[in-house]
Amino acid sequence: MLHNLSIGDLADRLATKQISSVELTRHFLGRIERLNPALNALITLTAELALQEAEAADRRRAAGERGPLLGIPLIHKDIFCTDGVRTSCGSRMLDNFTAPYDATVVARLKAAGAVMLGKANMDEFAMGSSNETSYYGPVRNPWDTSKVPGGSSGGSAAAAAARLAPFTTGTDTGGSIRQPAALTGVTGVKPTYGRVSRYGMVAFASSLDQAGVFARTAADAAIVLKAMAGFDPRDSTSIDTPVPDYPADLERPLTGLKIGLLREFFDGLEARNTALIQDALKIYRSLGAQTVEVSLPHLPLSVPTYYVVAPAECSSNLSRFDGVRFGYRCENPTDLLDLYQRSRGEGFGAEVKRRIMTGTYVLSAGYFDAYYLKAQKVRRLITDDFRAAFEQVDLLIGPTTPTPAFAIGAKIDDPVTMYLNDIYTIGANLAGLPGLSLPCGFVDGLPMGLQLIGPHFSESRLLNAAHRFQQATDWHSRSPRGYE
Amino acid sequence: MSDWEVVIGLEIHAQLATKSKIFSGSSTAYGAPPNSQASLVDLAYPGVLPVLNAEAVRMAVKFGLSIGAEVARRSVFARKNYFYPDLPKGYQISQYELPVVKQGRLAIMLDDGAVKTVGVTRAHLEEDAGKSLHEGLGAATGIDLNRAGTPLLEIVSEPDMRSAKEAVAYMKKIHTLVRYLEICDGNMQEGSFRCDANVSVRPKGREKFGTRAEIKNLNSFRFVEKAINYEVARQIELLESGGTVVQETRLYDSDKDETRSMRSKEEANDYRYFPDPDLLPVQIDEAYIEAVRSTLPELPDDKAARFARDFGLSAYDAGVLSASRELGAYFEAVVAKLGATHAKLAANWVMGELSSALNRDNVDITASRVAPEQLSGLLTRIVDETISGKIAKEVFEAMWSEGKPADAIIEAKGLKQITDSGAIEKVIDAVIAANPKQLADYRSGKDKLFGFFVGQVMKATGGKANPAQLNELLKAKLG
Repeated sequence: MLHNLSIGDLADRLATKQISSVELTRHFLGRIERLNPALNALITLTAELALQEAEAADRRRAAGERGPLLGIPLIHKDIFCTDGVRTSCGSRMLDNFTAPYDATVVARLKAAGAVMLGKANMDEFAMGSSNETSYYGPVRNPWDTSKVPGGSSGGSAAAAAARLAPFTTGTDTGGSIRQPAALTGVTGVKPTYGRVSRYGMVAFASSLDQAGVFARTAADAAIVLKAMAGFDPRDSTSIDTPVPDYPADLERPLTGLKIGLLREFFDGLEARNTALIQDALKIYRSLGAQTVEVSLPHLPLSVPTYYVVAPAECSSNLSRFDGVRFGYRCENPTDLLDLYQRSRGEGFGAEVKRRIMTGTYVLSAGYFDAYYLKAQKVRRLITDDFRAAFEQVDLLIGPTTPTPAFAIGAKIDDPVTMYLNDIYTIGANLAGLPGLSLPCGFVDGLPMGLQLIGPHFSESRLLNAAHRFQQATDWHSRSPRGYE
Repeated sequence: MSDWEVVIGLEIHAQLATKSKIFSGSSTAYGAPPNSQASLVDLAYPGVLPVLNAEAVRMAVKFGLSIGAEVARRSVFARKNYFYPDLPKGYQISQYELPVVKQGRLAIMLDDGAVKTVGVTRAHLEEDAGKSLHEGLGAATGIDLNRAGTPLLEIVSEPDMRSAKEAVAYMKKIHTLVRYLEICDGNMQEGSFRCDANVSVRPKGREKFGTRAEIKNLNSFRFVEKAINYEVARQIELLESGGTVVQETRLYDSDKDETRSMRSKEEANDYRYFPDPDLLPVQIDEAYIEAVRSTLPELPDDKAARFARDFGLSAYDAGVLSASRELGAYFEAVVAKLGATHAKLAANWVMGELSSALNRDNVDITASRVAPEQLSGLLTRIVDETISGKIAKEVFEAMWSEGKPADAIIEAKGLKQITDSGAIEKVIDAVIAANPKQLADYRSGKDKLFGFFVGQVMKATGGKANPAQLNELLKAKLG
C-alpha cells in the first residue's frame, strides 16, 4: 500500500509517473477522513489547499523540476504559522487565529514541493507530555486508543504512526518530538538548537524550542531534515553553518563508533525496558561499534532546571496574548485590566496558566537569583557534563522514556509525575544537543524508544547510527493494528 | 533655600536616526498614518522574532566614543516585562545589566563661564513603545504602533547636576553632541529627544542623598528647567514643614506648571528582567571600534577650542558658534572669505543679526536667505568703510527680504558712506547754523549735546556720514 512506502519509494513512483501527487494526496486525505476521528490527531484538514498544492507539484514535475519531496504529503504541527490557515497552537487563545504568513519551516518545505494535508493536534502551546492539554481534546495512541500518544507533538506522532502522512513536523522543547515518537513507535529527530529556524513557530521557551521531524525511518527523516534545516536571517539564534547531505551519510559503517551508555538513565529503569536497550547495544556492537558506560553527574538535575527555565521564558513569551491585537478576546470587557484578566483567564488552559505563574514567580524580584539564575548555572553544568562525555564517546545512548504509553487521564492531575516523563529527554534541550528516538521493541504490546544524543551538529551521525540499526531490525516497520 | 543643595540626574532618550526599526525592517519615519509602519514583528504576531539593526549599534558606539566611554565588548538585551496596550509583546527589549556604552563624561559650561564635568553612567539601546490615541474615538482607546520598535539610546547621567540650569546645560550639550554625530535628529516636538529627571535635595554639607522623585517625559529645555525648579521648591517646602519626600514617579503638567504624582515606589512594576533568549549577546571587537572611531566628526568641544585659538574668540562665543555643526560651518564659511583677522566681526554678525533673522522667521541656518558668501560680502563693506555698521544692518535686512547681494543694495539705495571731509563739514556747518541755542548751551558746558549734533548730521546725511570722521570734524567745529 502507498502509505507504507518510504519517502524515497514514493519519490521514485512520482518520478516514474506511476502515480501523481494528486493521487497520493487523495490517498492520504482518504485515510485521514477514515482514521482520524478515532485518533483526533489533526485539528485542521486543508483538503482543498492540499489538492491545489499537489496539482502545483505535478505541474512543477511536468516542467522538469525534481526533488525528493516534490509532491510528497505532510502534516504540520499546529504550532507552525501557515499563511491563510488557522494556527491554533492547541489553544482556545488562538482558535480564531489565521496566520498571515508562513513559518520558515513551512516555507522551506513548501518550496521543496511538499503538500500540506492539515495541521496536527498538540498540547496547548506545546506544554504537556500527553497531548491532553489541547483545547481540541486529547489525541489517542494508534497502538491503543485508551493510551496517550505522548506530547506535546502528540498529533504529529500519532499521525505518522497511523500512516496519515509520510512524514509530519514537530517541535521539541523538553522532549516533545522524541517522547511521542517513542510512545507511538516512529522515528523522531530533534536537531541541534539553531539548526532549524524558529521563525514562525509560536514560541514556548525560546532558548529550548527546536523544530524537527517525525517519519517512520531515519532515512526518511534525513530527507526531510535536509530540506528543513539551514540558516535563517530572520532567526538570530539560527546558526550559519552548512547543512550536510544527511541522506548521503546514512550508509557509513559504524566500525569504531564509540557509544556511551548514560549510567544515570538506567537508575530505576524497569527491567524489561533495560533489556530492550541491552538488546539494542548488542546490535550496535555487532555493527562494529564499541560501547562504554559514561556518567553525567548533573543530569539528574535536568527536570527541576528545565521547570524553572522553560516557565520563565514562557511567562514572557505568552504575554503578547492579551486580547488586544489577535486571538481570543473576552466578551464586553469593562476596562483594560478586565480585558487582560478575562481574555487570558478564559483563553488559556490550566497547564499553560500553571507555567505562566511558575515562570512569573521565578523571575520576580527577590526570587530571581535563587531560581532563574541558579537554574542557568546548573544548565551550564549539565552542558559541561555533555561536553566532557563527548570527549570520550561519539554519541550517547539510552531509553527515550521511562515507561511505554500510559492511559489517558492517568497523570493529567499530577503535574510532577507528568513532568518526570521527560526525565531522559530534557538534558539534550538544556545543552542544545541533537537527539533522536527510534523504535527498539515493545513492552506490553506498546512501542518503546531508543534515544541517541550527539554533540552539536552531529545530526548526520545520529541519522547514520539510527539507519544502520533500522537495517538490522524491523521494529520501525511494525504498524499498529488497523493502520497497516 | 540656600540651606539646601539640589541633586539632579538625567536619563535622556535619544531616538536614533536609523532608517528602519531596531528589531524589524519597518520605517521609522515620523507622521505616517497610524499603524502603517507596523510589521508583524512590531505587532508581536505569534512566531515572529527580533533581528538587531546593526546601524543602531554603530550609532551607540559612536556616541560612546564621543564621551570617552568604554564600549562594552559584550552587551546583552534583556526583556522588561509589563502589560500595556502600546507594548505589543508584553515586554520591552532593553539592555539592562550589560549596556553597550559604559562610564563616560561630558564637559558643560556654566553661566559664569566655568566648566563642569558631568559623569555619564551608561548609555544603552532599547526599543520605544507605541502610542495610545484617545481623541475622536469616543470611549475607546486606539493604538498606533508606528513608533513601537523605534531605536532609542538611553543616556543615563550621574547625579552630578546641582541646579536646573546645570541640568539644562547638560541636556543641551548632549543634544548638540547627538546631532553632531548625526545619530539623532534632536527634534523635541516629535519626541526624538526627551528626558526623565531624577531630583532630590539635601541639607548643604551632607553627603547622603535625599529621597528622589523622578519626573517623566520632559520634552523641552524650558520644561526641564521649570519642572525641576517646581520640584525642588516642592521638596524643600515639604522638608521644611516637617514632611518627608517619597520615592515616586511624577509627571510635569506644563499648563499648570506643576509636577503631580504618577505612582509610588510601592506601586512600581516588578519588571522581571531576564536576558532575551531570542537575541544573541552583541559582540564588539577592537577593529570595529576603531572603524567607528574613524568616522567621528570634529566634536563640539574641539571645534570651540579651535575657534577660540585660531580666531581669538571668547570661550562663550566659541561655544555658541560650535553649538551645531551647521552654525559652525556657516561661520567658518564667512570667515574664509573675510579673513581670520575679522573673525570677531563675523562672529558678532552670525550670533547677532543673522541668528535673530533666522529665529524671527523660523528658518534653519542651512536654508538661510543670506548665504555665508553674501554675509561676508556685506561685512567686507564694513571693513573697507564703504558703509557703517549701522547702515550695514539696514543693508542686511534688505538682503534678507530681497535676496540680493550687499553691493547691489548699497548701490540701489545710495547707502554708500560719505567719507569726503568737505561734504561732511558742509552739513556740520548747516546744522550748527540752524541750532544756535544748542550751540551756546554746549559751549557753556552741556557736553551731552554733542550727541544731539551727531544725530542731526546723521539725519541730514541719511546716516551715511562716516562716524569716525564725523566725530573728529564735529569736535573741531564745536570747539
